[in-house]
Amino acid sequence: MAHPAHAEHPAHPRRNYVKIWAILAGLLAVSVTGPMVGIRVVTLIAAFGVALVKAYLVAKNFMHLDIEKPIVGWLLGLALMLMVLLYSGVAPDVQKSAGLRWSKSDKFHYVSPQLQKAEKGQPEHERGANH
Amino acid sequence: MSSARTIATTRSAMGIPTGRLAVWWVLVSEIVIFGGILVSYVMHRLGHPEWAAEAAHTNTWAGAFNTLVLLTSSLSAVLGHQAAESGNGPKAARMLYLTCLGGLTFLTVKAFEWTNEIREGFTLQAGGFWSYYYAAAGLHAFHVLCGCIIMLFVAASAKKNQDLHRVENIGIYWHFVDIVWIFLFPLLYIAK
Repeated sequence: MAHPAHAEHPAHPRRNYVKIWAILAGLLAVSVTGPMVGIRVVTLIAAFGVALVKAYLVAKNFMHLDIEKPIVGWLLGLALMLMVLLYSGVAPDVQKSAGLRWSKSDKFHYVSPQLQKAEKGQPEHERGANH
Repeated sequence: MSSARTIATTRSAMGIPTGRLAVWWVLVSEIVIFGGILVSYVMHRLGHPEWAAEAAHTNTWAGAFNTLVLLTSSLSAVLGHQAAESGNGPKAARMLYLTCLGGLTFLTVKAFEWTNEIREGFTLQAGGFWSYYYAAAGLHAFHVLCGCIIMLFVAASAKKNQDLHRVENIGIYWHFVDIVWIFLFPLLYIAK
């Protein structure tokens, strides 16, 4: 028996799901072979740019977010904004060993030796500008 | 036997069937959980360039195969939803069983992968990267397992043409699990 709540829900438009799956599989091949080129920018685009496209295709076509009520999009967007807030609030403490008016203590904080080395290579004004 | 239903499943608050709205709420909280882990991993990875050497030991091909498995299982989940919409419960159930098979394949590959890594000494305590690797992939695998179990229950009722709206609900959850893996794959297997 069809459920009443299901019955009142409008039917989803016909989509060629197999074709969408084939595009997703093709994008997966790009994300695997892209890094083989050995160029950092290509690797980043192939890995994360393609991941964004794949996630968009799944959300739009499989989860039917494009025809869902707008409130759902707002809710999901709010949760994603919390991620951005978390990153912007905490990232400097994690990713840097020193800022304009602060520096991590070797006795208390762990600072990656490679990061310290990389930051020492930067001019003083650039290090401060990062914060 | 009473045919009464709980009010929550027959109500349609905000124009969205309550069951589906509840799934979306679950996913909002899941975004915060997985998002917290992923964002935390990204900032630590940028703060620890030496993790690249540890990440080099993950098996890209196993990760890619598992991505394909999850994408394919998402296809069967949405085809199950399509069948449920047209009132074909038995077909929807078959599609859900196929999706479940995809989930089990994913977990089997993960088990082999982890066994090899642990044998090589890359345990949870082997370093910062491995802590994140096992925490993020482990939490994701737990969600795959939960999805498979729920899907078996939904398929059992769909087979009898009952509660077909649940096929869509479990499908939405499954696609989300797929999306999480779409981001975990490049972070843990490709960025080396």
